[in-house]
Amino acid sequence: MRLLFGSFVTFLLAATIGLSTTWLTLTRGVAFGSLAIGAWTAWPKSGSQEIDPYAHATIARDGELPVGIGDGVAFVARTDDAGHEFDGRCSFTLSGMTPPARYWTVTLYNLQGGLVANAIDRHGFTSEEIVRSVDGRFTITVAPLARPGNWLPTGGIEHFLLVWRLYDTPIGVAATTMKEGPMPTVERRGCT
Amino acid sequence: MIRWLLWIAGGVLLGGVVHLATVLAMPRAATQDAYSRLVPIAPVNAMVPLPAPTAQASILPFMDPAFAGAVCRYDLSNGMIKLNAPVSEAYTSVTFYTRESVAYYAINDRAAGRRAIELDLMTTQQHAQIPEEEDVTAADRLIIDSPTRTGLIILRALAPEPDLMSMARRALAAAQCHIEPLQ
Repeated sequence: MRLLFGSFVTFLLAATIGLSTTWLTLTRGVAFGSLAIGAWTAWPKSGSQEIDPYAHATIARDGELPVGIGDGVAFVARTDDAGHEFDGRCSFTLSGMTPPARYWTVTLYNLQGGLVANAIDRHGFTSEEIVRSVDGRFTITVAPLARPGNWLPTGGIEHFLLVWRLYDTPIGVAATTMKEGPMPTVERRGCT
Repeated sequence: MIRWLLWIAGGVLLGGVVHLATVLAMPRAATQDAYSRLVPIAPVNAMVPLPAPTAQASILPFMDPAFAGAVCRYDLSNGMIKLNAPVSEAYTSVTFYTRESVAYYAINDRAAGRRAIELDLMTTQQHAQIPEEEDVTAADRLIIDSPTRTGLIILRALAPEPDLMSMARRALAAAQCHIEPLQ
């Protein structure tokens, strides 16, 4: 009887621990081999056959197709440089420079990876359409209400994330040892 | 007391095994992975355009809205795939994914170095069957080995500005992916 009860407790414990840790790691997006620059994090290996099992399980569950390493690299930000979570009711600025790449795009998504409805049907910018200052630097304002210059609307949703994709870039291919960057700085400017 | 501690320790250890097993099994068990999502729109061994993501619907999560896309869902059971993709004016790339969404090869227009990206895709076994001299003489034939029999080829063409999206789509519309028997 004691044996039966003991093994029941063991199996229950095993199932609880095993399944909850799996669920946690897959929903939080645990992956190894990250490359972090400021608020931005990339997982270059996720675009190759060396993808780690956690990242592989996550993309299989979400249905995503990662950017291949010969194509480019994707940097994700969920907070500003100070660690404030992205909230669509606040405004944030992205400013500065990007690492060398033939083209880049920046896109705003909801947490499920969908685009967010807004009045001007804008979901991001490419390196070609951005308005820059004379020295080549730029500022993008991510905000719920219209702003002059490069305005990326949030649609007022509660949580969003930004993905900065560099195409045809040396970053992530061989650059894991050199000094990376620069990636744009991310700052919160206030909330409505 | 000791006996209970042993039962609990056993449970924790077994929990670790369950965790690893479920993580490793996920790519095979997932029913909403990219391949499954594309089955309804993508016939086997043919190139079709990917529907552009909108705020209402997106066939895959985290699609880049600045790109036009096309997909070839391949099956190498009856031969090899010949891929021909004319490059657009801005930036074009081809990425190969296994059945389980692993990006095993990607190339862009500049690396391909021509007006079109031309590739042959075959399994490692099929590649081994090709007579060696043919492999050598056809120097301009870029052969890619697929780790799996089925998978996805995704073509992406950049529209640097929204007005150029139709041009990017036209460039991809000329892309071809068809099966050819091995000699």
